[in-house]
Amino acid sequence: MAHEEKRAWIMLVVTVVAYTAYVVVVLTRANGAPLTATAYVAPLVWSIVLAILANIVLDIATSLGMPRSERRRDTRDKEIARVGDLTGQSFLVIGGLAGLILSLVEADWFWISNVIYLGFVLSAVLGSATRIAGYRGGFQTW
Amino acid sequence: MVKPTRVTNSIRALRFTHGEMTQADLAERIGVTRQTVIAIEQGKYSPSLEVAFQIAHVFGVPLDDVFQYPQDSE
Repeated sequence: MAHEEKRAWIMLVVTVVAYTAYVVVVLTRANGAPLTATAYVAPLVWSIVLAILANIVLDIATSLGMPRSERRRDTRDKEIARVGDLTGQSFLVIGGLAGLILSLVEADWFWISNVIYLGFVLSAVLGSATRIAGYRGGFQTW
Repeated sequence: MVKPTRVTNSIRALRFTHGEMTQADLAERIGVTRQTVIAIEQGKYSPSLEVAFQIAHVFGVPLDDVFQYPQDSE
């Protein structure tokens, strides 16, 4: 498996696990009460920080013992990454626009934060999935 | 999802006729990873024109001897 494909898998799995954990924690804390009254800031921040740290640690762990020639990014990696980034960016824009609209209608901060966070998550998931599909299913430029 | 390419290649055969060159050796000589050479050989990735020429130069053959495209459409 190409190193960049491993990184895409790591990003996908870490993002899904971190977001799922965040949702579970918030729903548990809410315990039937309105979500807007739930303390969500600390779980949200921690899920993002831990996801970033997990990405870094797992990236280093998978790089250990791998020859330098296998770790470098070549033209195929860059082309696949570009398509993955472009695909993921659409959800960043959607998340940003949704956050903007919610702030304009003076929605609760909970919803603004969460819709933007969801945009980040979907962007990472879709971008990673696209990259994995490029490695697994094939990637043609001709 | 991805439209399969009609481009085929003879890289595997050329490697064996050139001293059983390994995929790692070829990858090193054209500046890509071994996984990319594997993907090219399997037709899962069409390299850039520059990489295609580099592969042909490694084997000392014209581009047509490395990559082939069917003449008649459909």
